[in-house]
Amino acid sequence: MDKKTPLYDIHVKCGGHIVPFGGFLLPVQYDTGIKKEHLAVRNECGIFDVSHMGEILVQGDKSCEFLNLVLTNDFTDLVPGHARYSPMCNENGGTIDDLIVYMKEENEYLLVVNASNTDKDFEWLCNNKIDGVSISNVSDDYALIALQGPNSEDVLKSICDDKYLPADSYSCIFDAKIKDIDVMISRTGYTGEDGFEIYMPTDKAVDMWTLLIEAGKDFGLIPCGLGARDTLRMEAGLPLYGHELTDEIGPRTAGLGFAIKFDKPDFIGKSALESEDNLKNRKVGLKVSSRGILREHCDIYKDGNIIGHTTSGTFMPYLGYSCAIAIVESDALPIGSSCEVDVRGRMIECERVKLPFYKR
Amino acid sequence: MNDPRELMYTKDHEWIYYDGEDAYVGISDFAQQELGDLVFVNLPEVDDEVIAGESFGDVESVKAVSDVLSPVTGIVLEVNEEILEDASLINQDAFSAWFIKVGNITETEDLLTAEEYDRIIEG
Repeated sequence: MDKKTPLYDIHVKCGGHIVPFGGFLLPVQYDTGIKKEHLAVRNECGIFDVSHMGEILVQGDKSCEFLNLVLTNDFTDLVPGHARYSPMCNENGGTIDDLIVYMKEENEYLLVVNASNTDKDFEWLCNNKIDGVSISNVSDDYALIALQGPNSEDVLKSICDDKYLPADSYSCIFDAKIKDIDVMISRTGYTGEDGFEIYMPTDKAVDMWTLLIEAGKDFGLIPCGLGARDTLRMEAGLPLYGHELTDEIGPRTAGLGFAIKFDKPDFIGKSALESEDNLKNRKVGLKVSSRGILREHCDIYKDGNIIGHTTSGTFMPYLGYSCAIAIVESDALPIGSSCEVDVRGRMIECERVKLPFYKR
Repeated sequence: MNDPRELMYTKDHEWIYYDGEDAYVGISDFAQQELGDLVFVNLPEVDDEVIAGESFGDVESVKAVSDVLSPVTGIVLEVNEEILEDASLINQDAFSAWFIKVGNITETEDLLTAEEYDRIIEG
């Protein structure tokens, strides 16, 4: 049975086209349509209900040591009020999930994970728990709204004291207030734009959503669905668990080497990841050079041989052409070289281009 | 051909407009709304055969691909190059944005009047 977020009724009332996603019923788009929602975020701003994301609290005097053991990134120098992205790997170097760690204070961290992985992640963390750490799944306590796009800061400033605005990317303020609602605000997102993610108690979500819609009227803010969230992250070259990252596809293959710290003490998956000296496959970007729309799970051909497959693909609303993210044999496709993608039996001519496709 | 009341429909949401012995085929306004922002269409080529009840092309939105079925069996006389260039024309006016013109029609699907089609989509 799919769950509803606290904003479900508002989505229905606002013309949201509801679909099941990651165990939740969420709008894939509103009547405005994916293209306009996407462009609003690139040019002005939009809000997304991302309450489906999971939240896991890690506390105790060995918390940092524990995170360094179960995650590939290094948390030794993370300071309170900041956040850090990390993959979480299994012993084989495959990816269990990718997540963001917020440091609230010494020995207290909030992990934000993909909705569909919440239970799996929680179980994995508990199974690998060390003494001096307690772990709790607090997903049901939080609602989460993402405010994304160049006008986001102006929208927040109009309803919130400047001192509650996190100044830097990946910084956060835990004890912030918007009007009289207690919130945690972080300068993070999944769109390739500046923006904020606002965490609040579940029963305040409707008030916050309404407040943002009202405050955003002068700033071009519109509600956006999962469809635009997906096209925005694709244009920005960001991986999505289940596509570019899976139990099989490790973080190095997915181009996340920056978030793997081999110089820290042992962590789960380290030896498997280290042994990938010559990566067999890697993540690349493809752009259509002729006509057609690239899709996920399509074979990629070079000189008649299959060299990989697409993991995400569609029409990129801001760029105005179709792109795909793909996993291909490491040396098979230098930047600028061409290949063909078999989309439902039709061969579409493509060129390998640099990732991200779009950079602000 | 842009008065939707004058068109005939299939239960699969295509419309057909007879121009003498030949026919223009497109998708209904209801269909374009359901599909959302269209970004691409695949159409047959002139002189290709289309078969009643079978796919002759597809329409692609950001999220999905949907077959378009031919209401008639015949030969493609023309394809609408404009929607090949800009599929959003179908979203703007589904009844002007025809897909193909078919001639040598030898077979026709069971067609619905506008009133009958409305009852299906309202049901």
